[in-house]
Amino acid sequence: MNISEYAITVKNLTKKFGDFTAVDRITFDVRKGEIFGFLGANGAGKTTAMRMLCGLSVPTSGNGCVAGFDIVSQAEMIKRRIGYMSQSFSLYQNLTAEENLRLFGTIYGLSDREIKTRSQRLFQDLDMESMRGKRVGDIPVGWKQKLAFVAATIHTPEIVFLDEPTGGVDPVTRRKFWELIYRATADGMTVFVTTHYLDEAEYCNRVSIMVDGRIEALDSPENLKKRYDADTMDEVFRTVAQDAKRTE
Amino acid sequence: MNAIVDISRLSARYGRTTALDDVSLQIDKGELFGVIGPDGAGKSTLYKILATLMPPVSGGASVCGLDIVKDYRDVRSRIGYMPERFSLYKDLSVQENLKFFAALFGASVRKNYDLIAPIFRQLERFPDRKAGALSGGMKQKLALSCALIHRPEILLLDEPTTGVDAVSRSEFWEILRSLKNQGITILVSTSYMDEANLCQRIAMIDRGRILGTDTPARLVDRLGERLFAARADNMFRLLEELRRLPQVKECYTFGATLHVVVSDDFDPQQAARIMENCGLKDVDITPAKGTIEDLFIKLTANEH
Repeated sequence: MNISEYAITVKNLTKKFGDFTAVDRITFDVRKGEIFGFLGANGAGKTTAMRMLCGLSVPTSGNGCVAGFDIVSQAEMIKRRIGYMSQSFSLYQNLTAEENLRLFGTIYGLSDREIKTRSQRLFQDLDMESMRGKRVGDIPVGWKQKLAFVAATIHTPEIVFLDEPTGGVDPVTRRKFWELIYRATADGMTVFVTTHYLDEAEYCNRVSIMVDGRIEALDSPENLKKRYDADTMDEVFRTVAQDAKRTE
Repeated sequence: MNAIVDISRLSARYGRTTALDDVSLQIDKGELFGVIGPDGAGKSTLYKILATLMPPVSGGASVCGLDIVKDYRDVRSRIGYMPERFSLYKDLSVQENLKFFAALFGASVRKNYDLIAPIFRQLERFPDRKAGALSGGMKQKLALSCALIHRPEILLLDEPTTGVDAVSRSEFWEILRSLKNQGITILVSTSYMDEANLCQRIAMIDRGRILGTDTPARLVDRLGERLFAARADNMFRLLEELRRLPQVKECYTFGATLHVVVSDDFDPQQAARIMENCGLKDVDITPAKGTIEDLFIKLTANEH
């Protein structure tokens, strides 16, 4: 097996907080260019797992590789090579759209010239020219979200982690956002995404479902629906997640 | 008149921006009523006005026969309000938050405990945990308990299930149904269209205006479009190619399929052939039934 086919490889990854095992020996791979849906109930351990993959939290045991770097010994390298977009915080509301991109570009070590060319191209591609000089706090949610994605990927990372990027977002805006994801993967980016909207799980190449710290199911939406004899991913999720012992 | 909430020609503004524009709405006692609309439509503003936290610029509303401006103090004891953002005290414990909200309304936790028992039961195991340290689902249950502890007649819930997983959302709606069965009127907003179907009636709002108020089924009847479901081996390419056809008015992702809104001269077999000529495989285009989500997309798509 050629390791370079994979953007993420994880083996027996475990995180304990005292007696509590938040993530319990999870093992999986994410192929390069794949849209990987990381599903699970609230409290199943998704955020903890994602933090370990991003080099923000040290695993208790097990190991993993993200973008070619070891998640324990090369955490700093990982942070530079990945993009990360969280639902709660992603942009500075008091800065303009352009200033936000400059800030993120600078943090990722891009030169002024690179930042300029890339932001110009991104604003054009996304039809956002008119938003450039606006304060982020004043632009509509749908645009803000697009911009957050752009900021998280300004350094053209190999892989981007999206933590509930569409939480509380209306159906039209959510769809626009997914088209953005599709376009990014068409360009070769790998996308690792969590969501509670199960129609979005159908848009992923493969989906894992976490229950009580473990990965209980992992396959393409089509195969999962076959296995659980379900018409939709919503039914699959309910079947897999209803047996959770952990009440958060 | 049976309406427990009676909104009449209500308008609201933030500076020069109109948030609500001449909104009228009647909600019956004991109704489970949904408010659906895109981000920025005015849903939260409507809630703030009904909760007496913001006055309208014109028009008015009554809640339980009380005027929301003149009688705002009395209105507050009749309603339970759960805002969009977590609004409890994060550094107070579960127990302290509950006691605090009961005290604000001069209510007794013990006397009203029966009402919140089904919700609060899961929180009883850690009464001393700080509210800020609870998980998303638990925070939401505590917030609902605090909104209910003074036995309000009306619950105002502003996107209570955002960020909540599918199983917990079902549980939450079970709770809403049982509260409704106890005679509580519930106004709930949501961005999950499957939840809209669980309401008796819904109002769709967009840009501060009400586009329609009816039962979910009757609203869907108004869609009045020819609709197909399409799939192929590469869904994103299919989306792009279908959008190029002149007979296709709208095309958008819809779970495992794409939904295609078409004009009368659309021929699914011919379209499938064109898609296959574009190099797509396993093309399948079949008639589909519209849903609330399709209606929502139709009514709000042009603004995006």
